[in-house]
Amino acid sequence: MIIKSNKTIPASEITDPQLFKQRRAIIKAMLATVATGSGMGSAMANGNVISKNLVIDNAAGSHALASTPKQLVTEYTNYYEFTFNKEDASNLAKNLLIDPWAVEISGEIEAPVTLHLEDLLSQQVLQDYIYRFRCVEGWSMVVPWVGFSLAGLLKQVRPLSSAHFVKFTSVYQPESMPAQKKNLMLDWPYVEALRIDEAMHPLTILAVGMYGDSLPKQNGAPIRLVVPWKYGFKSIKAIVKIELLKRAPLTSWNKYAPKEYGFYANVNPAVPHPRWSQNSERLLGSNFFSSRRKTELFNGYGEQVAALYRNMDLEHFF
Amino acid sequence: MSFRSLSLWQIIFLVCLLPLVWLLFDMGFDNLGGNPIQALHIRLGDWSLRFLCITLAITPVQTMTHWRGMTEFRQLFGMYTFFYASLHVLAYLTVDNALVWPIIGMDILQSSYIWFGIIAYVLIFLMGISTPKAAKKRLGKSWKKLHRFIYIAACAAILHYFWQLKGNLAQPVFYLLLIGFLLLFRVLVWLKDRQLARMFIPKSTK
Repeated sequence: MIIKSNKTIPASEITDPQLFKQRRAIIKAMLATVATGSGMGSAMANGNVISKNLVIDNAAGSHALASTPKQLVTEYTNYYEFTFNKEDASNLAKNLLIDPWAVEISGEIEAPVTLHLEDLLSQQVLQDYIYRFRCVEGWSMVVPWVGFSLAGLLKQVRPLSSAHFVKFTSVYQPESMPAQKKNLMLDWPYVEALRIDEAMHPLTILAVGMYGDSLPKQNGAPIRLVVPWKYGFKSIKAIVKIELLKRAPLTSWNKYAPKEYGFYANVNPAVPHPRWSQNSERLLGSNFFSSRRKTELFNGYGEQVAALYRNMDLEHFF
Repeated sequence: MSFRSLSLWQIIFLVCLLPLVWLLFDMGFDNLGGNPIQALHIRLGDWSLRFLCITLAITPVQTMTHWRGMTEFRQLFGMYTFFYASLHVLAYLTVDNALVWPIIGMDILQSSYIWFGIIAYVLIFLMGISTPKAAKKRLGKSWKKLHRFIYIAACAAILHYFWQLKGNLAQPVFYLLLIGFLLLFRVLVWLKDRQLARMFIPKSTK
């Protein structure tokens, strides 16, 4: 068994702490420019981001999205590597080692590469993306992510025409992740995948921050996928590997319960989960005695993404 | 009824209200985490299932300890099962869904885990409303038959719990084992009684 994180690291590869601090500073500075709205071409207005290049908040249709209070987003997470409940990951994830961090990009591409996170980010333009995040369990929240378009990164490594799918792999760090250590439930590490056209869609991003700050560990630090029109489990956290493949790989939840969690996992109120309805959702932060909101097809991003699934039977490809 | 047993009954009556007081406290002080409405459902559902288990445990405990006179406590715990289960259902309809019937209707129609919950609640409801002495008298022999449905209610409640989880099954498995154990005890006692009865039939006129 090859466990990446258990490999001893030769002294020559250990990052000089000075360089290390520098790298952190770069990320902090990049996040700061986004948060203040200077540079990067984004500005805050009424809590919504208006970018000069791209109006990202408009993704959910005509209505503006109000961000969920940050505390709810940081204290209510599904991170099964740490715990099966929503609360404990906030504390347990502190043990995750995210410095240094590298992402390997390989497979059906012209330029396979392993990039330190800092180097990867230095080539990207960070922006705010305010997205509704809908969990397959029937709740949702609105998160202002800070990130960049996945398409930009993929174009840099020049996919071959044989690249039809993009597979993402989470970190395998059993010494800090109890469920990995005890081999509980899913096959670890966590794996997700998208069809190449889904991965190249402008709404698909890699996030490195939220609420104008770096990503908290329980929310997927240091880098995670966000695909706003799909159920949350597709938006894989703590990515260490991105592979472009000819064929669709098996993904974690799909493998665990293929009848319940499909490869596509597009948010769709008309296709219930075998054991519960997906017709409505509880918006976190809403009051007692307030109704649930009606779930929207493609989580409200239908205008942008419906074309990807033209002529597809969404009930069959759930 | 002696003063002492009356006061014990009263103490237990009040203690059984503590989970509700605790819950209201947590609701008031925003202590229920990121999804308080879901937490509310889980709290109320958990407590009705716990009271259901306690209710079921009374008879086996009585048999093992030969401690008589627990029937009134069994009734009290049964009524608290009914009480917390009713709050659970009411919270679903009002706190979670604000009585928006189209959304409630679709949710029930498409969520099989809710069907098990409904089966459990209908049975608990029937047992609850047939608890007063007058109802017991009117039902006669069928009362006992009706109240045997408590085991079906328990199984349905546990399925209701299982069926909505994405994967983590530790807690419902605990309840399942407990209910299984209590049911097994009843079956063993029943078998033993039957055997004894058969042995004594020729001699005893009973």
